[in-house]
Amino acid sequence: MRGTRIAAAALVLGLALGACARAPIDTGAGFSGTPGAGALDGSAGFGTGPVTGGVLPGSTIGDTVQFAVDQTTLSPQAIGLVDAQVGWLLANPGAIEIEGHADERGTEQYNIQLGARRAAAVRDYMVSRGVPDGRIGTNTFGRARPVATCADESCWSQNRRAVTVVAGGAGV
Amino acid sequence: MVRPSRRGLLLGASAALLARPFAAAAQAPLRIEITEGVIEPMPFAAPAFVADTPAAEDLAARITQVMVDDLVGTGLFREIPRQAHLGRIGNFDAPVQFADWRAINAQALITGAVGVNGDAVSARFRLWDVFAQAPLGEGLRFDGSTATWRRLAHKVADAVYSRLTGEGGYFDSRVAFVTESGPKATRRKAIAVMDYDGANPVTLTDGSALALGPSMARSAQQILFTGYESGKPAVYLIGAGGGGRRAMASTGEISLAGGFAPNEAQALFSVSKGGASNIYLVDLGSGQARALTQGSAIDTAPTFSPDGGQIVFESDQGGTQQLYVMPAGGGAGVRISFGEGRYATPQWSPRGDLIAFTKIVGGRFHIGVMRPDGSGERLLTASYLDEGPSWAPNGRVLMFYRETPGEAGGPQIYTVDISGRNLRRVPTAGFASAPSWSGLLA
Repeated sequence: MRGTRIAAAALVLGLALGACARAPIDTGAGFSGTPGAGALDGSAGFGTGPVTGGVLPGSTIGDTVQFAVDQTTLSPQAIGLVDAQVGWLLANPGAIEIEGHADERGTEQYNIQLGARRAAAVRDYMVSRGVPDGRIGTNTFGRARPVATCADESCWSQNRRAVTVVAGGAGV
Repeated sequence: MVRPSRRGLLLGASAALLARPFAAAAQAPLRIEITEGVIEPMPFAAPAFVADTPAAEDLAARITQVMVDDLVGTGLFREIPRQAHLGRIGNFDAPVQFADWRAINAQALITGAVGVNGDAVSARFRLWDVFAQAPLGEGLRFDGSTATWRRLAHKVADAVYSRLTGEGGYFDSRVAFVTESGPKATRRKAIAVMDYDGANPVTLTDGSALALGPSMARSAQQILFTGYESGKPAVYLIGAGGGGRRAMASTGEISLAGGFAPNEAQALFSVSKGGASNIYLVDLGSGQARALTQGSAIDTAPTFSPDGGQIVFESDQGGTQQLYVMPAGGGAGVRISFGEGRYATPQWSPRGDLIAFTKIVGGRFHIGVMRPDGSGERLLTASYLDEGPSWAPNGRVLMFYRETPGEAGGPQIYTVDISGRNLRRVPTAGFASAPSWSGLLA
């Protein structure tokens, strides 16, 4: 299932950016979708229910990139996914908001600022790829809105994320 | 309001002092030195305060109990149970039979009386040094209303604590905090206030939008917090009774509440733009804001020194969260934390002598204290997540929150001495976090 999603993302990337020389996205590490959870069977049902990481509307492009501990720079995997998101944004109108989040292993106020910086990192990259600045808002929830609640790295890594939320669409 | 009054209760302090030399030759004055690590709590007796009339009996019993709970809760004092008492106090003004109290090894004796007249309540007390057979200070009387009876008890306890320790009290005080409910992934967080001991909780925001990180003014009159009412984090000012709520204009994309200036007319915010967060001094009346730090780092969690001359905050300008002190007007910050790990949420003691902080090291969270120059670091607690120390009015106790891990986990509020002893949970109805302690109430 993960393979399907990555292939689809790569396909969209190719379509959006034309004959792009960028290497294929090599892993799904930038996704927070749960393999086998049924989230990739189709586009129906996204945007409602407790899906851990959704997709951009009408696509199979993941809406969530993850970050290393206390880091705000985009990993190569995250850049691959944001590139795909940029392709979608250039093909679809409307405003988006990037929501930054953090895991629960930092203090509350710092994590809010860390989430803001993660959101800004995604926005800045999108703008550098040609998405008009005015289309992209940012927000941050720090550690207040985890998608996974266990007390180990398997959950913390999912919570260190930035989510691309399409206005009026999925992921709200 | 609670008003202290000495009318009609003066015990003749000079006479008491004159009586002391005899006793003083035999023993040191009755005094607990709380800086030296109290191993054995001082035993005291507190017979039920005498009710002036049958109508006052219930309040007299309750006031006595809250006062006893205050003192025992410090860990510095031990109550000798009523059933062990040999003496009885049936008349507040009758001479004390010290032998009865000495026989049960009570070092201090607290006697009191409570009168009720309509909605008006008065509480009088005297503190006795049993072995010196002498009063410790003058008798005092506090007047209030039936609605504020707990404050009368706290006032008595503060006076007793103060006389026996030589430190200011901290019981008659309020705490702003976050009350939390619901599943972890969608938890509701609202601003609330309570007495220092968890009594009289009142929720001030409705919980429909996330509300975080309250900062209580020392006067306990107003609270700053970070709210998501507009969808994004912004600073709100609200009266301690819930009225006068006001959104503070933001000069950036998001703004977070820091500490009040001592004058309470200004406050510190951390304001984020483009992923950088800087410290701003904001005039709460006009909303006018002035940047005190500049740069691309995350500078946040600012609070003032008690004299208003300096600001302590956390910054990751050196790579990880560390504590910095700068002049109140801004300018170069001096890093003061140099231990292993990350340091956050600094809070300057109202005494000025220490800065409390959260420390993250080795996957554990600690509450600690250090001197304002960074020396003398001591860690007081450790757990999966201990955070957000806030000082008692006398700078001797810290309140913080401890969050338990996992899906069913959540935060509770605790107090701990600056010695690291006497860890106690503050009772709240549900999950509670982010306490911010006021000064002593007027």
